[in-house]
Amino acid sequence: MLVTALSSSEQYVAGAYLVFLALVLVYLAIMAVKLSRLEREVVELADLAERGDAVREDRVKEPVA
Amino acid sequence: MTIVYGKGLKALSIATVVTLLTAFTLVLTYAPVDADQGVIQKIFYVHVPLAIVALGGFIAGGVMAIMYLRTRERRWDMRSYVTIHLSIVLAVGVLITGSIWARASWGHWFVWDEPMLVVFLIVFLLYATYQPLRFSIEDPDKQARYASVFAITAGAFVPLCFGAVRMAEQVTHPQAATMTTSGPGSVTVTFLVALSAMTLLFITLCKYEMASKNVTATVRRLRRRLAGDDDQLSATGRSAAPQL
Amino acid sequence: MRATVAALLRKELALELRTRESVPAMVLFTVTTYVIFHFGLDRNSVEGDLAAGVLWVTLLFAAILGINRLFVADHEQGGFDGFLLAPVDRTAMLVAKAVALLAFLCLVELVAVPAFALLLLGPSLGQALPELLVVLLAADVGIAVVGTLVAALAIQTRARDLMVPLLALPLLVPVVLGASQASAPLLEGAGAAALPGDWLSLLALYDLLFALIAYAVFDFLLED
Repeated sequence: MLVTALSSSEQYVAGAYLVFLALVLVYLAIMAVKLSRLEREVVELADLAERGDAVREDRVKEPVA
Repeated sequence: MTIVYGKGLKALSIATVVTLLTAFTLVLTYAPVDADQGVIQKIFYVHVPLAIVALGGFIAGGVMAIMYLRTRERRWDMRSYVTIHLSIVLAVGVLITGSIWARASWGHWFVWDEPMLVVFLIVFLLYATYQPLRFSIEDPDKQARYASVFAITAGAFVPLCFGAVRMAEQVTHPQAATMTTSGPGSVTVTFLVALSAMTLLFITLCKYEMASKNVTATVRRLRRRLAGDDDQLSATGRSAAPQL
Repeated sequence: MRATVAALLRKELALELRTRESVPAMVLFTVTTYVIFHFGLDRNSVEGDLAAGVLWVTLLFAAILGINRLFVADHEQGGFDGFLLAPVDRTAMLVAKAVALLAFLCLVELVAVPAFALLLLGPSLGQALPELLVVLLAADVGIAVVGTLVAALAIQTRARDLMVPLLALPLLVPVVLGASQASAPLLEGAGAAALPGDWLSLLALYDLLFALIAYAVFDFLLED
């Protein structure tokens, strides 16, 4: 396969560069998790804001006896 | 005062990708194969730039800590934290790639003759206490202050340690400086491109993380405003990261 | 400032004299460690760089014991608050504590070095003694300064006894390196060689650098 086509020293070099790639990708994964959590919160907040608007509209429409 | 960290992030990341790809292409095609070490020497182009950027990051973290102590603005503590945090990750990369190089060249996963590896081991052990130190101090202002003192002390320690270990160990391993000055031009060019790529990557990741933290803090502020009393998620709990 | 330092130093030394907390424990620790080394290395005598290594590792870990105890009394009994209320320069505490730690280290070495010569050291100390004292002093200053800084940092954290060695040991690597490299030729079996100047200068540089840094940042640790 591709790995056996490389000599053993080339394997080491490939390994080193792959380690670097792995670090960057792990970082990416962590940031992705954070982003999805953030998205959930922002959607919730948007809902809250719209609900708040609706409540305020209702309040405005209510006649002050 | 509104600070946006994501500004210029798009341009930065494009620049990073371009430089990184160029660097790797150069390593594969342009850089010559070393006479005595063979292909293994090419690890140098990822190992040494990582090391230089990591060390620079640690020192920069110290400088930002000085700025925090002077201005007491939380964002400087945030910058210091993120920079040091990322440098620790890079330091792990340096240790692993250095190990691979040592194993490939001399058959051992770690060699004491290699000053870079030894210094990074010591520096890594030191900075590994940064997060636990932050986490164990609950008061955020005190946390930031103490972390800054640590960052300054450790940042000054890094060059000293490097000098000391250099003095101590026999240099059996070709130093980056001698390689780029005595080797052919293609080595220098490839090395410089790789170094710029790593630096750009580091800055991009720093900005990325700071923007992310900024967003989280702003969302929390928004939530507090909108939800008011019925805010169940307002408890922030203990954290090692600085709160903006 | 000098008056403040003198007053604080007097308090530290009086406290240690009365409670006898740190120094006897540190001395006992060094002698016990020599015994451990005897069994661990399976040797009756050491010389040269092995001797230097054994001596310095032992002194270093004994110092950690002292550093652990350095601010405990102030922290637990409100000494910090009292000090902060006084209209004095806060860096005086750094100087006083560092000098106190230095004094403790010197006292410990007064017993530890002869004990070492008795128990483990092969060649005799006589000729090399003055030069060894210079190395001891240079290294002790470094340990005292960095130790005080680390102790002040760690005192506010929860797992204080763990934090101190984790912070102090990497920071003190250059001291151990410089000190053992400098003392190794002094402890050679075939007759003491000259004191290596470059290692001594490394120690001096370290001491100077960290003294300056500690002086600059210490204030920030004491605010409240």
